[in-house]
Amino acid sequence: MNFPIISSLILLPTIGAFFLFFTRSSEKNNNTVKYVALFTSFVNFFLSIYLWVLFDQTTSEFQFIEDRVWIENFINYKVGIDGISILFILLTTFITPLCILSINNSIKNRLSEFLIAVLIMESFMIGVFCSLDLVVFYLFFEAGLIPMFLIIGIWGGARRVYSAFKFFLYTLLGSVLMLVAIISIYWITGTTDVVELYKIGIDVKYQNLLWLAFFSSFAVKTPMWPVHTWLPDAHVEAPTAGSVLLAAILLKMAGYGFIRFSLGLFPVASEVFTPLIYALSVIAIIFTSFIALMQEDMKKLIAYSSVAHMGFVTLGIFTLQQQGIEGSIIQMISHGLVAAALFLCVGVVYDRMHSRLINTYGGIVSIIPKYSVLFMLFTLAALGLPGTSGFVGEFLILMAAFKDNFLVAVIASLGVIIGAAYMLWLYKRVVFGKLLNNNLKQMIDLNKSELFILSCLGIPTLFFGFYPDPLINTIEVSISDLIEMYNYKLVSKF
Amino acid sequence: MENLHLVFPEIFLSLSIMFLLILGVFKKNSSKLIQNISLIILLITAVITFNETISVSEEKLFNESVIIDYLSSFMKIITLLAAFLVLVISSTYLKTFKIFKIEYPILILSSVLGMMIMISSNDLIVFYMGLELQSLALYVLATFNRDDIKSSEAGLKYFVLSALSSGLLLYGCSLTYGFTGSTNFDVIATQLNSNEYALTFGIVFILVGLAFKISAVPFHMWAPDVYEGSPTSVTLFFTMVPKIAALSVFIRFLYVPFSNLIEQWQMILIFLSIASMLFGAVAAIGQTNLKRLVAYSSIGHVGYALAGLATGTNDGIQSSVIYITIYVLMNLGLFSCLLMMKRNNEYYENIDDLSGLSKNHPMLSLSLLIILFSLAGIPPLAGFFAKFYVFKTVIEQSMYFLAVVGLLSTVIAAFYYLRLIKIMYFDEEKEKYDTNHSIWLKFSLTASTLLILIYFIFPSQLIEVVSKINIIQ
Repeated sequence: MNFPIISSLILLPTIGAFFLFFTRSSEKNNNTVKYVALFTSFVNFFLSIYLWVLFDQTTSEFQFIEDRVWIENFINYKVGIDGISILFILLTTFITPLCILSINNSIKNRLSEFLIAVLIMESFMIGVFCSLDLVVFYLFFEAGLIPMFLIIGIWGGARRVYSAFKFFLYTLLGSVLMLVAIISIYWITGTTDVVELYKIGIDVKYQNLLWLAFFSSFAVKTPMWPVHTWLPDAHVEAPTAGSVLLAAILLKMAGYGFIRFSLGLFPVASEVFTPLIYALSVIAIIFTSFIALMQEDMKKLIAYSSVAHMGFVTLGIFTLQQQGIEGSIIQMISHGLVAAALFLCVGVVYDRMHSRLINTYGGIVSIIPKYSVLFMLFTLAALGLPGTSGFVGEFLILMAAFKDNFLVAVIASLGVIIGAAYMLWLYKRVVFGKLLNNNLKQMIDLNKSELFILSCLGIPTLFFGFYPDPLINTIEVSISDLIEMYNYKLVSKF
Repeated sequence: MENLHLVFPEIFLSLSIMFLLILGVFKKNSSKLIQNISLIILLITAVITFNETISVSEEKLFNESVIIDYLSSFMKIITLLAAFLVLVISSTYLKTFKIFKIEYPILILSSVLGMMIMISSNDLIVFYMGLELQSLALYVLATFNRDDIKSSEAGLKYFVLSALSSGLLLYGCSLTYGFTGSTNFDVIATQLNSNEYALTFGIVFILVGLAFKISAVPFHMWAPDVYEGSPTSVTLFFTMVPKIAALSVFIRFLYVPFSNLIEQWQMILIFLSIASMLFGAVAAIGQTNLKRLVAYSSIGHVGYALAGLATGTNDGIQSSVIYITIYVLMNLGLFSCLLMMKRNNEYYENIDDLSGLSKNHPMLSLSLLIILFSLAGIPPLAGFFAKFYVFKTVIEQSMYFLAVVGLLSTVIAAFYYLRLIKIMYFDEEKEKYDTNHSIWLKFSLTASTLLILIYFIFPSQLIEVVSKINIIQ
């Protein structure tokens, strides 16, 4: 057996966290602590790049599989990646170091604990994206609650306790049903190994209930309307780095889960429930876009826009066409970059003015021009301007939706327009207009590290906007084989 | 009597108790000495149990009224080790309240003896004898801080309600005897048939009595008051050790004498389980005293252990045994934390006293955080696996209702565990607590936390140990 590269990816951040555990955090060694965390996450990033280089794009088979007995005759610790999961792993390892880098002065107390939570979170998230056993998946999926709960609760804003509880209990409630479903699958088929389950399939008569149980968990996590209400609270109260993790990676777990499990394991049920997903997605797109239009808090606005964007993702996944699913994955990656950047942008002005309210700002374009330019870039990417990664995803999704269901596609396209409206209006109110608030004049433009972080996010946003081929090549074969398997199973009814 | 060596542990323990009593009478100020000797005795008994009985698959002694099998050996060893740890970490607490007396270890030893007899019983009379020996010692333990009005109240309440339940149990036993003509479990099993209407009453009475002892809803009323009033070290004992014994008696009763009547008792068990899980979760939310909160949480946990028993399979029994083992471990850690919350010779037991613990005592609060998340059943901690095994067997029997209710009540229960974490981590700090704890207290906290934390790396070991429990042939 070769070097266990995936387990290393999972374990490395935890090892880094373990080292941090033994350093007492104080004002003096805050920098050392940060460097240790940064170093760990950067090493992990390069390791994942190396993984991408080694990755064979021409096959949809799972690669780099590690399979060890974990509980005798029951569960194997099985991890591996295919074209779908590798992009999410890259996103995770890419966002985490930027996240750590972005902690400048926003978090002063208990910095080492914060970094421990972030690193452990990274381990769990990578685990989610590469586990090939349902129980292992559930373990990572749920375990992520602990660090996130602490991140929101300890370092969050004024209503942090409420938000942390809401986040935790909502997600837990959704997930326990998935646990029942996973155990049921074990008793129905005799295995929880995903690769094995892809081969043998699950009896049609159980599929609907199992699908709903998985759905309850993923819908909360996505989040889909009407169980999205935890997200704005969690986002608003979480510290900037926490919001970034939440928006960029945590929300993607559900989208990934839909593709990997709902489509892969329960094709017949997925077909049955597609109208439900369409309806919820369209409601999410239109409804939350309108809500976003009315927000006065920048973070809340971006949070609602995330719900709308994830509506496009679920819509795209269940069109069950090559473009649709590809679009969804690109949309998720793009949203990971753009939402992270937007939250960081809010964090930048919040650090200076300590306000997230839109009406505090206005006319800052002449005071902090660099910031305004980058903020513009991400605003446009969020509304899906051609040339940004946001466009590619939305365009592919809508194209697939038009093929499948004209009405749904038309309504969803309206969402794009409202999306443009709230994003541009936000930008106009914050950046342009008259400078009424004199305190704003003291604002300093982006410092080097902020500039670096935002550029790091901006370059791939533009690059993949113009040239999405690297992404599409990676996922293409996996998705076409997934759809083929799906259609085959649909015909043969299992 | 060639098999007498199988009951050496019990014989050794009873002789030691008598010796300790005499020693305590004749030697003045010997409480420390007796405490130390008791600890050694518990360990020796555990070693004897391990040596003599662990490899025995099934042996019956004394006219088949005592049974030694793997279940009994395993449960006895867990009981002895748990009692050992309770005794070893409670000395500082007892000294603080000036109740560090010779009776304390002796009472614990006698109740452990009673439990060992209960665990090994294969006869109604032997069972009842063990039960009473255990209970009488526990009544006294509850009132051990006799100058404290709450402790006296706790003891009295425990005595009255427990006597009532013993009465019910005895009534059930006599009904069973009346219909089957024997007190021996095996004979009862062959004689029972479900057509006898009055016999169902007998079973119900026995189950009610047992549910009382294990504090399952709706026979839990005594638990919160007794747990709150008793000295903390005794509460620790109550939440762990008698539950192990009661659970193994439950297993024995359900699967030996009543094994043919599974349709009759399965509904009762499912009800007990669901009621305990839900009630334990909901009622704990409003509590402000930590010991009371633990009482409700232990009611909830008993519900999960009973869910495993309700399945009627060997796997179910094994999952219950795993559950109770992990539960004992978590409770040990939880109470070690409670016993560390001491300042100026005073112990603090309100949930507000946890406020801001993480700033003053980062390691203590981190351990408590891990223990609480584990109690809430969040992966990858040990508590999750305990629940996972139970629900695995429950779902195998297609008892989806039980599984879904059980898992939903974990969500409710998560709320109050989270509240404790919130108070520890999100609230403002108060005065510091003492840090000069005894080495054993630190050891038990560290060991239990680490075991909970790294359990997921080797989950197979415990399963392997427990998998030798095969009650149903």
